[in-house]
Amino acid sequence: MNILTDLPISLIVLCSGFCLILLGLWGMLTQRNMIRIIIGFSLMDTGIHMVMVSIGYVTGGTAPIINDAVPMSEAVNLVVDPVPSALVLTAIVIGLGVTAVMLSFAVRIYKTNKTLMIDKLTESKW
Amino acid sequence: MIKRMFIFIMLALMATIFFNLAWNYTESSSLSKLGHYYVEKGPQEIGAPNLVTAVVVTYRGLDTLGEVTVLFISAAGVGLLLRRSRRKQGNEALKNANETKSDPAEADLAEKSAVTHRAASEIVETAIELLLPMIILFGIYVFMNGHLSPGGGFQGGAIIASGTMFLLLALPESHISRLMIAVTESLSGFSYVVVGVLGVTMAGGFLDNRFIGLGTYGDLFSAGAIPLIYTFVGLKVGFELSAVLDRFRSEDDSADFSEDNSEDTGPA
Repeated sequence: MNILTDLPISLIVLCSGFCLILLGLWGMLTQRNMIRIIIGFSLMDTGIHMVMVSIGYVTGGTAPIINDAVPMSEAVNLVVDPVPSALVLTAIVIGLGVTAVMLSFAVRIYKTNKTLMIDKLTESKW
Repeated sequence: MIKRMFIFIMLALMATIFFNLAWNYTESSSLSKLGHYYVEKGPQEIGAPNLVTAVVVTYRGLDTLGEVTVLFISAAGVGLLLRRSRRKQGNEALKNANETKSDPAEADLAEKSAVTHRAASEIVETAIELLLPMIILFGIYVFMNGHLSPGGGFQGGAIIASGTMFLLLALPESHISRLMIAVTESLSGFSYVVVGVLGVTMAGGFLDNRFIGLGTYGDLFSAGAIPLIYTFVGLKVGFELSAVLDRFRSEDDSADFSEDNSEDTGPA
C-alpha cells in the first residue's frame, strides 16, 4: 500500500498510458477482425493521450483555470502546464476523425466483401 | 509463426523503451518555460481565465484551425465512403428522379420505409422530447463559457452531437436536413477564418482575439473574440459530428455497393 501511495501520481498515469499503448499495438498487430483492429487503435490513442497529460503534470498542481482558489498572482506555482492539455484536446479530436474514417472504410469493405476478416481479403495481400 | 515472433520482439522492444522512460521519469516540480509564460502573461494578454482555452484558441490558434480542417476532411471522407447507392430503388425512384436529385434524404426515407424498424418505447420517445432541448442548450452553454470554465468549442460540439445520437437512437426514422448541416457548417467555418483575418488587420496577427476589446475580466462576453471563435467552432464541430453519425445510420442491408453511379450528394 505504501509503495502505491508513495509513487508520484503522474508516474502511475504514465505507466497506465504505456500499457494501453502496448495493448493497443498488440491488438492492431495480432487481431484479424477489422473492428478489433480499430478498437486497438483507439486504445493506443487513449494511451498516448494519457502519456501526454501525465508529462504536463506539476507536483500538486491543479487545473489551469484562474479563479478564487487560483489567484492570478500565484497561478504560476499552483497550476499544471496548459500546453500538453491543449495538445491532448487537439489529439482527441483528430483521433475521433481518424476512427470515424476507419470505421467507414470497414463498413464499405463489409458491404463489398461481406467479411471483416483481413485474412479473407486476399487481393490486398502481398 | 515467424510473424508472431516478430510481433513479440517488437512489442518487447517497445516495452523496453517505455520501461526506461518510466524508470527515469521524475515528476516536474515547476512549469516549463513556455507554460510559465502562458500562465503568467495569459490572463492579462488574452483575458481568459481558462488558460487551456487561451492556448488552444489564441496562442496555438493556427493548430486549432488545422484541427477543425482535419475534422472537416474526415467528415467529408466518411460522407464519401458511406454515400448511398440509388440504383436499387427501382422504378419508383426513377419516376421521382428529379426530386431525389434535389433531396436525397427523401429518397432515403422512401427506401427505409420498406425496412421495418422496431419503434422505440414510449419512455424513450417522451424522454427525447424533454431531454433533447436541454442537451443542446447544455452544449451551447459549454461552448459559450469555454473561456471561463472547463469546456470549449470541441466539448460543446461533442455534447450537441451526443444529442443527435440520442435522437437517432430514439427515433431512427427522423429526418436530419443535410442542407441545414452543410450551410451551418460552411458558414461557421468561413466565419472562423474571417475572425482570424480580422485579427491580422485590426490586431497583432492571425487569430488574435484582441480586436474586439477584452471587456471585464471574467464576464461572459469578455476575452475579445474567444467566445465568438468558440461559438463557431462549437457549431461546426457539433454539426459535423451529427453529419458523421447520420451517415453511420443503418441502411438497407441488401444495399449493393458494387457501383457508384450516384451523384455526390456532398458531405458538406
